[in-house]
Amino acid sequence: MTIRTEQIGTTLVVKLSGEIDQSCAGEIRSDIDRQLQLCPIKNLILDFAKVSFMDSSGIGMILGRYKQIKARNGTIMIIRAQPQVDRILELSGLKKIIDCG
Amino acid sequence: MENYMKLQFPAKARNEAFARAAAGAFAAQLDPTCEELADIKTAVSEAVTNAIVHGYAKKSGQVEMVCKIVQEEFIVIIEDSGEGIENIPLAMQPLYSTVPGEERSGMGFTVMESFMDTLDVDSAPGKGTTITMTKRIGQDRYGS
Ligand SMILES: Nc1ncnc2c1ncn2[C@@H]1O[C@H](COP(=O)(O)OP(=O)(O)O)[C@@H](O)[C@H]1O
Ligand SMILES: [Mg+2]
Repeated sequence: MTIRTEQIGTTLVVKLSGEIDQSCAGEIRSDIDRQLQLCPIKNLILDFAKVSFMDSSGIGMILGRYKQIKARNGTIMIIRAQPQVDRILELSGLKKIIDCG
Repeated sequence: MENYMKLQFPAKARNEAFARAAAGAFAAQLDPTCEELADIKTAVSEAVTNAIVHGYAKKSGQVEMVCKIVQEEFIVIIEDSGEGIENIPLAMQPLYSTVPGEERSGMGFTVMESFMDTLDVDSAPGKGTTITMTKRIGQDRYGS
């Protein structure tokens, strides 16, 4: 799992790659939260293009970031989720509250 | 076709990726579709993660995984000798988790149930938990 972040204005773009499970969800969480604390970010884009696998450990991670961005009156988006990730997003109900592209 | 394999590994988070990859590689003998393979890997990941984070939350131990192929059916059994589950129907409810905060979503059993054909949970407090899941491979191959 690798994480690359890029700030464009008040939007933080997080490019994830690899497999997301319980062994790395905590690291992704604290990486994003560090940026949210340091910079005046309003919106968050999670780019899943290179994520080949995600289990339910990713749901809590996404939901927690969703709440933080909501509290800032910002928008969170998930883009380019592959079919396996998409099914987890669908099943968890995240697709109903987050724009998944 | 009949075949089986058995794996045992310590309850360490880094073995989650190994276990689901191994189950997927074994199931590949049934010539599954990408989706069927992803379903198996995801369900195995959930069960193995539960054994590690819930079963062995307070002590270290071993997780055992047995995979079987019986005709067109893939069977996986994941067993821990950890804490066990007191109330199984409650634990299986969507969004139910005994871990507070956002770390766990309570969706593990829901994922296992939706991605596999059958899910059986056998557990006793203080004894451990055994998860058995099955999936028929190639269900739509000859149909419709
Ligand atoms: N192998 C296990 N050993 C002990 N408890 C378990 C085990 N698997 C599941 N549980 C219990 O069932 C609950 C629900 O599991 P699950 O649906 O995977 O959600 P989560 O893992 O996000 O909490 C867990 O919070 C835990 O209390
Ligand atoms: Mg779980």
